[in-house]
Amino acid sequence: MSTLHTVNKSPFEKSSMESCLAYAKAGSSVLLYEDGIYGAIKGTTVAEKVTAKNGVNFYVLGPDLKARGVSEDKVVDGIEIVDYAKFVTLAAENDKVQAWV
Amino acid sequence: MSEQIKKFMYINRRAPYGTIYAWESLEVVLIGAAFDQDVSLAFMDDGVYQLIKGQDTSEVDMKNFSPTYQALGDYDVTKLFVEKESLEERGLTLEDLMPLTYEDEDDDWAEKASIRLVSRAELADILEQQDVIFSF
Repeated sequence: MSTLHTVNKSPFEKSSMESCLAYAKAGSSVLLYEDGIYGAIKGTTVAEKVTAKNGVNFYVLGPDLKARGVSEDKVVDGIEIVDYAKFVTLAAENDKVQAWV
Repeated sequence: MSEQIKKFMYINRRAPYGTIYAWESLEVVLIGAAFDQDVSLAFMDDGVYQLIKGQDTSEVDMKNFSPTYQALGDYDVTKLFVEKESLEERGLTLEDLMPLTYEDEDDDWAEKASIRLVSRAELADILEQQDVIFSF
């Protein structure tokens, strides 16, 4: 059973992302969007936790990066930048979606 | 009634688009600017994200209000204190922020930087000196 985990809160303000990372099993996917995109920026303690998480596919929503002025070169290597269409595809491909609101 | 100028501080601790706090803060600052007080803004915690340059909301169907920060100088809001530690924790530097400026009427309208990078300890001292604090 594969799960798509979504995180839309800033990891510096809420524990949503930390809990998500603690629960996400190998083979699952994590999509960061809205204020969750701040967890995708290089050079932070949060980025270290993402990099240390093996077997999980990480995605970040491009339009939300753009809205917040976060350029793509600031995104942690290994996190794939996706558009809305890919968001839908991920939701469809996985067996279920767990939203860490 | 005597005209007493008070020191007003607006503290911004939220990211710009996920909640309405940042936008509401700007609205209140602009309204408050009409009252000729000594106004300062502080950006700490996720509030530092409000000032990131190059914001483009064209793909998320929201209003990009970041250009409004540049207009603050015209309303005599010229002190924007940004906490250094909050920037660093988030993988950001001063170069990632908008180059906000104002024209100093006491110095032949010289263009000066509005953003002042301060340490957490320095900002604590600045907050201590305020008469009124608004939190967003």
